Amino acid sequence: MSKRTFRTIPILFMSEIDPPLQKVSLFELAWTFNHIALASFGGGLSAWSRQVLVVDKRWMDEEEFLSAMTMCRIMPGANQVNMAVFVGTNMGGIPGAMAALFGLCLMPVVFILTMGYLYFRFKEVPALKGALHGASAAAVALTFAMVIKTGRKCLTGVVPVLLFLASFVLSGLVRWPLPITLAVLAPLSLVWAWPRKLAA
Amino acid sequence: MRAYVHLLAMFGTLSLLSIGGGNAVLPQMHLEAVSGEHWLTNAQFADIFSISQAAPGPSILIVTLVGYAAGLTVGGVFAGMVGGIAATAAMIIPAAALVYVLTRFWQRAQKSRLRHAVEKGFAPLTVGLILATSLVMSRAADHDWRAYVLTGLCTLIFVFTKINPLIMVGAAALIGYLGVV
Repeated sequence: MSKRTFRTIPILFMSEIDPPLQKVSLFELAWTFNHIALASFGGGLSAWSRQVLVVDKRWMDEEEFLSAMTMCRIMPGANQVNMAVFVGTNMGGIPGAMAALFGLCLMPVVFILTMGYLYFRFKEVPALKGALHGASAAAVALTFAMVIKTGRKCLTGVVPVLLFLASFVLSGLVRWPLPITLAVLAPLSLVWAWPRKLAA
Repeated sequence: MRAYVHLLAMFGTLSLLSIGGGNAVLPQMHLEAVSGEHWLTNAQFADIFSISQAAPGPSILIVTLVGYAAGLTVGGVFAGMVGGIAATAAMIIPAAALVYVLTRFWQRAQKSRLRHAVEKGFAPLTVGLILATSLVMSRAADHDWRAYVLTGLCTLIFVFTKINPLIMVGAAALIGYLGVV
């Protein structure tokens, strides 16, 4: 019973104090997603999104970012495109979503069209391939580092660690398709995380 | 013209089917672009896949290159560019519209128990999925032991220092350019 006061505090905190919604211009939205996209040379776009959106800009907190990522994976579409729409909509409705999308995609599309031109013209771009291969090693590292940093914050008990291990094994080692993995694990995680009614 | 219409219809459909991300519809994309339409050869498809994986931006951009190849069969480089942009837009817009609707719903669920449970409960799941992604990424990039050593070193640096990750990515790109990994 003495625990009760302690348990109410975080729940009230979660539901009543929303993260401050800053006023952000469309240009800043587009510029931020452009920055995220260009930083992800070699891959690691999710890790860069967290770095910029959670750590640098503080537009979202850690839990909101992680849950949004999983929702963005369930939805059709590339999950980073979805994340841009999600954040853009939250910050500025339809114009915000369009600005974020535009920022995320414009320079990468220009870049990849240039690569496509070179590839189909000369059939081979070995020097660039080598550089991309090297960069991808660092991009994987950035993703691993993200696992360690976010894991420290949310893997704080037996149940979350089990959920973490189960989703890693099913998705990464057994290679179940994502919809099936989530159909099994998402209900379990919701039951665990459902806010319990406190005795009056 | 027919190629463009087919591009728009094909990627507009794949957009809504790409549950779990763009790679989920890759086999279908391969079937239509290589076996069906002969926009690309098998080897070209594999090459543009590896180009698009390491290029900056969303991993879905292989679509841009399929569109470019389709445009090339119609006209020259300009037709290719138009094809690339059309394919990209067709792949992005339908799914983005759906996410917009979901986000609006989610905003209204601000104080619900469901939202609280999702935000707390999905966090550990997501961390597991990200770990799985990084494993699959390093396999797809065809890493050998030297690349794994580089990955390990970079991971330690990212976790224990505050260095801008971009510096490490640039350094790793240089190492790759020099042919060390």
